[in-house]
Amino acid sequence: MSVATQDTAVSTGRFTRALIYLTLLLFAVFYLLPLYVMGVNSLKPLAEITGGNMMALPSEWTLDPWRSAWSTAQIGVEPTGLKPYFINSILMVVPAVAISTIIGALNGYVLTKWRFRGDTWVFGLMLFSCFIPFQIVLIPMAVVLGKLGLAGTVPGLILVHVVYGIGFTTLYFRNYYASFPTELVRAAMIDGAGFFRIFWRILLPVSGPIAVVSVIWQFTNIWNDFLFGVSFGGTSQPMTVALNNLVQSSTGVKEYNVHFAGAILAALPTLFVYIVAGRYFVRGLMAGSVKG
Amino acid sequence: MATKADFRTTLQDWLPKLVLAPSFAVTLLFVYGFILFTVVLSFTGSKMLPRYDWVGFENYEKLFALPAWTTAITNIAIFATLYIVICTVIGLMLAIFLDQKIRGEGMLRPIYLYPMALSFIVTGTAWKWFLDPGIGLERIMHQWGWESFSFTWIKDGEMALYTIVIAAVWQTSGFVMAMFLAGLRGIDNEILKAAQIDGASNWQLYRRIVIPLLRPAFLSAFVILSHLAIKSYDLVIALTGGGPGRATEMPATFMYSYTFTRNQMGIGASSAVIMLMTIAAIMVPYLYAELKEKKA
Repeated sequence: MSVATQDTAVSTGRFTRALIYLTLLLFAVFYLLPLYVMGVNSLKPLAEITGGNMMALPSEWTLDPWRSAWSTAQIGVEPTGLKPYFINSILMVVPAVAISTIIGALNGYVLTKWRFRGDTWVFGLMLFSCFIPFQIVLIPMAVVLGKLGLAGTVPGLILVHVVYGIGFTTLYFRNYYASFPTELVRAAMIDGAGFFRIFWRILLPVSGPIAVVSVIWQFTNIWNDFLFGVSFGGTSQPMTVALNNLVQSSTGVKEYNVHFAGAILAALPTLFVYIVAGRYFVRGLMAGSVKG
Repeated sequence: MATKADFRTTLQDWLPKLVLAPSFAVTLLFVYGFILFTVVLSFTGSKMLPRYDWVGFENYEKLFALPAWTTAITNIAIFATLYIVICTVIGLMLAIFLDQKIRGEGMLRPIYLYPMALSFIVTGTAWKWFLDPGIGLERIMHQWGWESFSFTWIKDGEMALYTIVIAAVWQTSGFVMAMFLAGLRGIDNEILKAAQIDGASNWQLYRRIVIPLLRPAFLSAFVILSHLAIKSYDLVIALTGGGPGRATEMPATFMYSYTFTRNQMGIGASSAVIMLMTIAAIMVPYLYAELKEKKA
């Protein structure tokens, strides 16, 4: 007799199974294709793309497109390569992720362990902010950043990403802390432990997994953001905006190989995170959609 | 000593609210205050900078009389429908197939999902050049000997919208697969076995039992995908730039160009309000149901 497993009980014939494997493999090819095209063509001289076949392996391997994309390619008017923009993105992402995650953890703690009248409403209002089309805040944000003197600066972008990121981080920590036994918190309270002490000593030590989810989610979202970057980036544009400027530039020869190298450079940090911590990445995506 | 203790207790009572207060205040100001501000602007004659001369519904009337906006809402309707339906079909199919004790599932899943880690600008760049007739797919086929192969969608005003569908489906269908797979793994095997004993075929099993049980996953997928579709800005910019001509204009690109490059802020604001109302119509009932359920 079969042992109860997580797999389905459905049994399939040999022909059906072959068909299933074939479909799954074809889709794997579909998903890998753009990555292959980018990778292969970023290692070719331009002539091999314009005069050859995009699917072919390079006959002459070269790292020049990568060097060019990183440090010499024309971005907008300056031949700086993507390097300064990569640095902008790092300077923006690291504080924005750290701040929004810490705030989210504290909010989640309050919303689950120190509940008060109307807390669901507070949370609901914060949660809805995750799902607004950001077009609705672009104009006022431009005005406010201008008044604060933060328009076109990295701190301005950090502010924007923290403000529109705390909804999600609060959601993660709230759902996670909700399943943490409240009795332990009560017991600590009776023993005289205060608000921050309980958080620091009891909740924080078990927050590892959800902190990873929150950090990955925020990192991916902020790194990949384009709309805020292009609207408020000014002279501190992030990587996505620079890549778009590189690719859309209408002057000179289109250096496809450099574009592909640039695209991979822009994708590397999030791809790296996905490869190292894919498990948590998926969990974050799911927590954002399915109830926790 | 007593007063000091009282102070401490009072502080402890207020501390949680004090900790939450900044986030709440920021949300009220930067989300709801800003929404209100944009709504107000949509009733003013603002051009390049915000102005506060009340013009009533003039901007909305102008908006819906603009051919560009008509194109944008027609495009988003076509795009969103195709995107949601195709992602759901592919996602469900891959999830069901992967759930058949597939060897190498651990290899396939990450391959299906990794596009979700990329930015739409990267996705757009990759597909833009791959679908370019001059260097991409069409040429590849010609060189492989299929001389008559033609694929010029991205340059064709009628078809360019569908290239955005292709790229968007490529990016998110793996994620929909993961949602359905999680749903499938949560179904109790005993139910399926019982149905099998009753003589149900595989097809009936999925059609009558499994798919109805996946209702919550369908709902979540629909909500997430429609929300992604309406916000789609980056992908359009990277892939087609709204072109050729205005063929792939979407509400998100329309709002941006009218507000920031054409100096029609009033009209831009009114288009943003329409976008918000569309998303709210989908999200508010969903979030309300989710929160209420959890309270119970």
